[in-house]
Amino acid sequence: MSGGNIVARLPFPVAARKELGDAQLRANLRNATHTIRDKRLRMVGEVPDWEELRRSGAAIKDDVLSRLPELLTQFEAAATAAGATVHWARDAAEACAVVTALVRDTGTAEVVKVKSMVTQEIGLNDSLEAAGIAAVETDLAELIVQLAGDTPSHILVPAIHYNRSQIRDIFHRNGLSALTDDPPALAEAARRHLRAKFLSARVGISGANFAVAESGTLVVVESEGNGRMCLTLPETLISVVGIEKILPTFRDLEVFLQLLPRSSTGERMNPYTSLWTGVTPGDGPQTVHIVLVDNGRTETLADDVGRQALRCIRCSACLNVCPVYERVGGHAYGSVYPGPIGAILSPQLSGGGANRTLPYASTLCGACYDACPVRINIPEVLVHLRQTGPHPPAERAAMRALSWIMRDRRRYAAALRAARRGAAPIRWATGRRGAVRHLPWPLSKWTSTRDAPLPAKQTFREWWAHERTR
Amino acid sequence: MKVALFVTCVNDLVFPGTGRAVVEVLERLGHTVEFPVEQGCCGQMHANSGYREEALPLVANFVKTFDGYDAVVGPSGSCVAMVRDWYPKLAPDSGEVVARTYELSEFLVDVLGVTDVGATFPHRVTYHPTCHGLRMLRLGDRPRRLLESVRGLELLDLPGAEECCGFGGTFAMKNAGVSGAMLADKCRSIVDTGAEYVAAVDNSCLAHIGGGLSRAGGPAKPIHYAEILAAS
Amino acid sequence: MSARDEVLRRVRTARPSAPVTVPRDYRAVDEGDDLVELLVDRLVDYKATVRRCGPHELAGAIGELLSDASAAVVPPGAPPEWLEAYQGRVLREPLAVADLDAPGVAVLTGCAVAVARTGTLILDAGPDQGRRALTLVPDHHICVVHTGQIVGGVPEALARLADPTRPLTLVSGPSATSDIELNRVEGVHGPRRLDVVVVD
Repeated sequence: MSGGNIVARLPFPVAARKELGDAQLRANLRNATHTIRDKRLRMVGEVPDWEELRRSGAAIKDDVLSRLPELLTQFEAAATAAGATVHWARDAAEACAVVTALVRDTGTAEVVKVKSMVTQEIGLNDSLEAAGIAAVETDLAELIVQLAGDTPSHILVPAIHYNRSQIRDIFHRNGLSALTDDPPALAEAARRHLRAKFLSARVGISGANFAVAESGTLVVVESEGNGRMCLTLPETLISVVGIEKILPTFRDLEVFLQLLPRSSTGERMNPYTSLWTGVTPGDGPQTVHIVLVDNGRTETLADDVGRQALRCIRCSACLNVCPVYERVGGHAYGSVYPGPIGAILSPQLSGGGANRTLPYASTLCGACYDACPVRINIPEVLVHLRQTGPHPPAERAAMRALSWIMRDRRRYAAALRAARRGAAPIRWATGRRGAVRHLPWPLSKWTSTRDAPLPAKQTFREWWAHERTR
Repeated sequence: MKVALFVTCVNDLVFPGTGRAVVEVLERLGHTVEFPVEQGCCGQMHANSGYREEALPLVANFVKTFDGYDAVVGPSGSCVAMVRDWYPKLAPDSGEVVARTYELSEFLVDVLGVTDVGATFPHRVTYHPTCHGLRMLRLGDRPRRLLESVRGLELLDLPGAEECCGFGGTFAMKNAGVSGAMLADKCRSIVDTGAEYVAAVDNSCLAHIGGGLSRAGGPAKPIHYAEILAAS
Repeated sequence: MSARDEVLRRVRTARPSAPVTVPRDYRAVDEGDDLVELLVDRLVDYKATVRRCGPHELAGAIGELLSDASAAVVPPGAPPEWLEAYQGRVLREPLAVADLDAPGVAVLTGCAVAVARTGTLILDAGPDQGRRALTLVPDHHICVVHTGQIVGGVPEALARLADPTRPLTLVSGPSATSDIELNRVEGVHGPRRLDVVVVD
């Protein structure tokens, strides 16, 4: 069993309808995704061996998945030898319980957090809060979302759905003063708000972008320095790590530290990357815990086609190029993993319910696959997941009938004739326009937003038979 | 060369003029075209919608129908992409036929080595590269090069050309709202170019785009690029 | 069954059995450009300031960069000649976080290796760099880079590190965020001013 914030409450089309109605949201998303898209293209264009790096990145991750038991135990042994304590969690609830107990043991009532997808996934902040522990998000975007009482809508930039003036309003409502809505002024307000918390925090909580098996090293990639604060200043550091984050060797980082920044923020390198191995006397936290989390990953691993989703390094390039994400934003996906990767990851980590509508939230346009730094063939997995439905009975019957008709020449020709004849009265009714404004259900879903074409007066095969085979 | 036309089911029923245009272009270049009447649907809609079992007989029918031809030419990026990308996974015996199946522009440019097919079309045209043509078949600038060689044709750049139009097969119905939002943006870009025609390699995308343009009452009309290449 | 045993059991059952060969045909060595010029260009592009000087001009350059600092933090193993032209207050370990957070404090360090292609300085807590907090809490970081420490790309840089299990920090420009409308702005929690002195 898996759980946490990865289960959509509403079917995607229903959730999308609400978001589509928000013109401000669409303008914000369009502006932001197009900005990052162009930056990413420029930065990737600088790298002559980008395709080689992508292939290596994908293969390293596939290698990890095939050797995961050995690599996990190797990581555990190395991290333990370096002074860390390694914990394991089967699911979200267990991971939250482990972390909450560790924080309780320190006697502190407030922790500072580095932005982390897996802690969002397992719903850690709510669990801590229920135990009387305040979890302070320190990444600027996470802070904005937390202050707004909202949920993240993007993997990299959880507050992508807000523009600068909305952010200033959120800050004001929470007692953070910014003189203007200029981004530097807003960043300054966040700096002042968090500074005292960083300097006094006794416990930091992080995720990890990578976990090196051979050395027990963890890696956090960030921009603002909030990560460094949380990883360096507190006495105790608790890192929650998905089991798929393993890399075999330190050397493998040479691939991912090239792929990740250019794919995520469109930078040659993010401002700060921190690597630490257990405890270093006199430098940084002297009590270090690592919690390895499954939460549906092993179920995903068991699927021959779907397991490639576990290569994901959470760069969010696929979100930024996705035309569907651009129109509806992250909340429509109902999971902390939105966009194309979310559409294949969320249903695999936690199947059933509204998550089953996510694989249909794509035109299969392929932009995500092109952008993915670890070559996850997202369209392939989407189509694969559609095999298990949902398949409404009327749709299934229609698909079966069409298949039966179109595999046989005579049945097919007869059906084409029938369709052509059936359209004749409609053609007459539409007059000279030649396009249909309204069709009955289920084709009304087509004519809800666009006119429909009519079958031609003569099918191609009728023309061919008439003109060419006399 | 023994060339077979793979007309596609949508073209057969709704856009037969595109099939006739392919025949016209290839015959003008001196080739004889056959139309194997056993052909039906390639199975794309079934496979993409999660009905693999229902797609398999259609795949088998395609492989049987087109076995033995030197080239199978289809005027559709998405149907040819279905054959190219999915058939090897769905039908292990499809290798020979798959290797000889071409989208029209691939056949003209790569196999025949032609970019000027002798067409004349004195109109302002913008070109929308459809997703399957662009990112699965990697058609690149082949269709554009063919259009640029058409006499009288003024080719206008389409801003955001590489963005999906929002069709996506059953997506257009299952997620009609999002599809409509994508379509509205695409139509606006097309209208802003001032083009009389928007050309593409896929009539299914063009039906969607054309339905949006017609609903909006704009002046631009959809046209399959094969029909431009056939014009004289 | 413990969570550990249960997760490992699941992984053993679920994992694919086929071994994977990892291709490594990306660039292992990145040369050809003038790497010093490239590093300077990349650092400036991400809003660090850069000075180039000869070994005998280093102390003077540092002195100028420290001219408006209230105090200079130096790691225990920093070469004494770095501060020859600086007249102000010098803070040495052991230091409390409050000392580092005082207004106007600047920290002066070296680095382990610099990556030209990405404009990255790698700190490995060596004697001339000290513990991580030193280069984090002060708002002004001055980093001395010798041209011999500059490599082309990331693979060469990681290969040069003496001990990858030391605490490592990769610094590329001053602190920045892209969280507002996905536009990069400099200056959040880490040092907002980064000066790099490249010594030929």
